[in-house]
Amino acid sequence: MKRSLKLSLVLVTSLLVLGITSCKKKLKDADIQTAIEKILTADADMKGTMVTVKDGVVTLSGVCKDEACKTKCEEAVKKIEGVTSIVNNCTVAPPEAVVPPVADALGQAIADAVKDFPGVKTQLTDGVLTLTGEIEKASLQKLMMGLNALKSMGLKKIESAGLTKK
Amino acid sequence: MALQDKYKELIDAATAAPVVNLQVREQDGVLYIDGESTGAVKQQLWDIYGKLDPDYAAGDLMLNINSVAGISEGAKLKVTTNKTNLNIRSGPGTDNSIVGKAARHEVVTLVRKENDQWWWIKTDDGEEGYSFTQYLTPVE
Repeated sequence: MKRSLKLSLVLVTSLLVLGITSCKKKLKDADIQTAIEKILTADADMKGTMVTVKDGVVTLSGVCKDEACKTKCEEAVKKIEGVTSIVNNCTVAPPEAVVPPVADALGQAIADAVKDFPGVKTQLTDGVLTLTGEIEKASLQKLMMGLNALKSMGLKKIESAGLTKK
Repeated sequence: MALQDKYKELIDAATAAPVVNLQVREQDGVLYIDGESTGAVKQQLWDIYGKLDPDYAAGDLMLNINSVAGISEGAKLKVTTNKTNLNIRSGPGTDNSIVGKAARHEVVTLVRKENDQWWWIKTDDGEEGYSFTQYLTPVE
């Protein structure tokens, strides 16, 4: 009886100790995570970085804008107490694609729309398209349909009074 | 308001058609009518426009009826060029090289929409690439 009591005491104690330490560790990981997140979210460059912490090992993921930013994240995390090591899985964002100015896209779309009407000349100024030259009357509606649809690309107005209809 | 009176018949027809997401707005001397509908409704509205302004020359209306918004991938499209064959290109724009042709009135398949002007299509012969949507009419 005495023996089993002792045994169960030992068991209970060890369970308690285990419980406490694991709780403590969990808290600690969470604390580390909170501390890191605080730093990362405060910096516009590092905002895109995500972080997980397990047993003091910090894993960084997400997209950094460049290599320097990736290093900066790592350096910042290193300084935090309780961090044993860092796995930096951050990827560097590809350089931003060069988006042609909208006017060029519109200009190209206009060129596409009038391509099959060789007599038609176009002049685009501040979103206003002026049509000159000549066109077969039968083709006029098709041309105008195509051009009117370019309103969704920023075309504001079509002046076609100077376009001769044959 | 004067423009809405001038094009009243058109606006009434668009309202009755029906045209989805119909917007009628007047700004800086131009009446803007936007919306989505079938190709048949678009044609009907354009014919009314042509009646009210025979040469579309007043420059006071932008009639932007999108009849291609509701078309989904896999849809059959008829080539509706005026006389010629339809060019199939390597990219979305006439500055891209021609990689194939579809005959006038041939029926092709929509594979993917790049934008409202350019769609990736495929012919029954297996030719594929970008074509200008102005010359593609959904087979209804």
